[in-house]
Amino acid sequence: MAVITADMVAPTPVILKSPGFWSGVIRRLCRDPVALCALGVVVLLVLIAIFAPYIAPYDPSKGSVIRRLKPIGTPGYILGTDELGRDMLSRLIYGARLSLTMGVIPVPIAFVIGSAIGIIAGYAGGIVNTLIMRTIDVFYAFPSVLLAVALSGALGSGLTNALVSLTVVFIPQIARVAESVTTQVRKLDYVDAARASGAPARTIIRVHILGNVLSPIFVFATSLISVSMILASGLSFLGLGVRPPDAEWGLMLNTLRTAIYNNPLVAALPGLMIFVTSVCFNLFSDGLRTAMDVKS
Amino acid sequence: MSAVISPYNLDPGIGERGGPAQPLISARGLLKHFPVKSSGFFGPKKVVRAVDGVDFDILKGETLGVVGESGCGKSTTARLLMNLIVRDKGDLLFDGETVGETLPLAQYRRQVQMVFQDSYASLNPRLTIEESIAFAPQVHGVPAAKAISRAHDLLFRVGLEPGRFAGRYPHELSGGQRQRVNIARALALEPRLIILDEAVSALDKSVEAQVLNLLLDLKRDFGLTYLFISHDLNVVKFMCDRVMVMYLGKVAEIGTRAAIFGEARHPYSAALLASMPKMDPSERTIEPPLSGDPPNPIDPPSGCRFHTRCQFVEDICSRAIPPLASLSAEQSAACLMAVPGSGHSRAPGLAGTST
Amino acid sequence: MTDTMIDIDDLSVTFHRGRKPVKAVNGVSLKVRAGEVVALLGESGSGKSVTMRSLLRMHPKGTTIEGSMSVGGRDVTGLTTRELGNLRGAVVSMVFQEPRLALDPVYTLGRQIEETIMRHERVSKAQAAARALALFEKVRIPSPQRRLQNYPHEMSGGMLQRAMIAMALACNPKVLLADEPTTALDATVQIQILLLIRELQKEYGLSVIFVTHDIGVAAEVADRIAVMYAGRIVEEGTASDIIRNPRHPYTKGLLGARVELADGRDRLITIPGAPPDLADMPPGCAFAPRCADVMAPCRAVVPPLVGAAGPSERNGQVACLLYQ
Repeated sequence: MAVITADMVAPTPVILKSPGFWSGVIRRLCRDPVALCALGVVVLLVLIAIFAPYIAPYDPSKGSVIRRLKPIGTPGYILGTDELGRDMLSRLIYGARLSLTMGVIPVPIAFVIGSAIGIIAGYAGGIVNTLIMRTIDVFYAFPSVLLAVALSGALGSGLTNALVSLTVVFIPQIARVAESVTTQVRKLDYVDAARASGAPARTIIRVHILGNVLSPIFVFATSLISVSMILASGLSFLGLGVRPPDAEWGLMLNTLRTAIYNNPLVAALPGLMIFVTSVCFNLFSDGLRTAMDVKS
Repeated sequence: MSAVISPYNLDPGIGERGGPAQPLISARGLLKHFPVKSSGFFGPKKVVRAVDGVDFDILKGETLGVVGESGCGKSTTARLLMNLIVRDKGDLLFDGETVGETLPLAQYRRQVQMVFQDSYASLNPRLTIEESIAFAPQVHGVPAAKAISRAHDLLFRVGLEPGRFAGRYPHELSGGQRQRVNIARALALEPRLIILDEAVSALDKSVEAQVLNLLLDLKRDFGLTYLFISHDLNVVKFMCDRVMVMYLGKVAEIGTRAAIFGEARHPYSAALLASMPKMDPSERTIEPPLSGDPPNPIDPPSGCRFHTRCQFVEDICSRAIPPLASLSAEQSAACLMAVPGSGHSRAPGLAGTST
Repeated sequence: MTDTMIDIDDLSVTFHRGRKPVKAVNGVSLKVRAGEVVALLGESGSGKSVTMRSLLRMHPKGTTIEGSMSVGGRDVTGLTTRELGNLRGAVVSMVFQEPRLALDPVYTLGRQIEETIMRHERVSKAQAAARALALFEKVRIPSPQRRLQNYPHEMSGGMLQRAMIAMALACNPKVLLADEPTTALDATVQIQILLLIRELQKEYGLSVIFVTHDIGVAAEVADRIAVMYAGRIVEEGTASDIIRNPRHPYTKGLLGARVELADGRDRLITIPGAPPDLADMPPGCAFAPRCADVMAPCRAVVPPLVGAAGPSERNGQVACLLYQ
């Protein structure tokens, strides 16, 4: 109905762009020393894992009967040796590869699948929501450790199977969070306004839902990485993850268990690595949550 | 209507059809009940009778005001018109064509837009102002560059300098500015009807006056029709050509502004008018026109829904449901006192019978 | 002047959230006599609610309050938390915009009123219950005996506001602070509550500060009106003087922009622009950037609130250089 005449039209303006959401998040994150330190440690661990062959002083699987269970500080073996006489430092460096893989990989996969399920359930509402969410609840009813162990047990041990079972454990948790934020956003007037303009559901989800629900789900997912690390180590400890002689922190903890009375400090080292890594992931995730809180 | 130049050249089939005498929208028997969770598992299923059989017309080029208290169904009516919620019963005719039958829903939606009360919740916080305004035209196939440049024109039209505002995010704007953006967004699809659901209620008085002036200018320049929902009778009196008074999901009275504000025939309309604060400290209200709160729409009173609070109530009022009776060309009221021979002692006698 | 009940002198309130400190109230002085109703009228961000809440120090931690305040001749500026608790309810009580948020959802209304009474006075539970019933009758809640047993969520908005008023009056306070108590209510209910407050105010001889953004509401309840803009009182006077004969350009603008006056005209007269950012105030009169009668000194000097010069039998005050 509009008649736009020449005098109504504004002169071609120079548009001042406000800084976007993500640049704001990065700016706020840069003012948070704790989150930055945690991120630094994580990046360091990743670098160590990538360049393990260049850093590690010895071959991690080469043992020697005469050098078994040397204490920390032994010349040539700064962190001592394990029950088969392998260099602990080298094993911890190589262990970062498998441990980080098993801790990190399941989370992004579960993030994609869980978000999709949760957003669809949240946007559709009604009977679709009930069907999806009650199915999810069945998985949710089991404690995550039990579920991971049961699935790995059924699939058999090995790296791939451990990754699959961990992914399956996290999907229901992420789907639940995704469903609840989507349900909240869906009720807002701007979604109604988009519906009133005749936009199809997938356009509305892409433009108006995703941008507003992904960041809270993302924050939740980063907090799952530490859980995933611990569960992965637990699976390896129980013999359901990687198999000896591969270096993995959880598995190392298991094999060193016998040495706990002779050389407790060396036996505790893999546990310390698991602890430090998961704390760092958690601190970073906390910082991210604060930085993404726009209305402050 | 003069020739219309659409900046997009979209759907030339949409536009004026039925002539000026044809109402733009006719709602017939609009009905929506919401189920409520019953307290016990075996308890009777209860419903909120949000909109319970409502008929009205919106004429071309007019502003129809809708007034009433909370729970009267004015917002539900707006959402039913927008097809944001599905009606249980009833028909919508847009310019003579039945919505969803002869007029496809997608074409109807382009011609009816809405401005909401909460200016913040109705803008996506992650989109810039220009992206929000350009969204709907892009959905309908307008190229992005064209939609954005049109968004700048619209921003200029609603009094926001595009250079300063187009690239900003909603939280960087004041309430009045955001509401101007929402109006621009509603205009982006070149609608013929705009539903304003308490669109100025959350604004400060001095800002409200600016936005009301803007709405009047846009109506004249774009040839719009408004459905103006508000709880503020003074604003409705200023803005509207005709007024519809709703009470508990039903139309109590509908008529021209002069008829409703001059001589309201439904006791509820009269009480609502008398409840407005007087602007003169020496002529203060002495007695409240109504006592008590509006009843719950889950269990509305039988018969006339207003009979529990009406000062003219008689036995018949709790038994007979008053029809919306035409009193003159300008006014209809749903009150037994307005229906000849209804049995109410104040009702006019039937023609030919002595009283 | 007769006995002053509330005396606020040169009050300033500064919030320290965000990056810059925000001076929400900027040198406000206000006297309320015993038995007088004063309406604080202003738009959002004008500082009307902050001024009133300062009396009970209901501000977030880290807020700076300067100036002095007294209630019934007693200085309340330096009270301890405990003394403040004794003051609240017994001498000064408050009614809020959203009674649903101000009342405890897990206790019945009767119990909440009884506990308020027993906190301040040494009475038995039976006596407290009898007084709660009398209060519910006083605020004209139908079937009061039954309603006392209700939880807040079981009552409608208007009834809940009546219950809130009953609770505020439970300990015979001298001062009632009302923060937009009718804004969330429907029109037919709003007028009932306004008339109830007016009636109880006369009966109890209360001093009332009534915060509102609605001139019509102020005209219905107030003896005097103080108009606030950007943290300062710009004009103050009797309700009829302010409404019939406003002097400050802002008050004139507010009254002129009213839709009631525009009958038959096709446009409203508006005040251009928007209120200033409280964290970044202009140096002179805060209204100068929007004022039609602005002069050069307005942009440099903050005009004081004084009785206007010239022929005037009225005792109102105005903060505008046009009248000095």
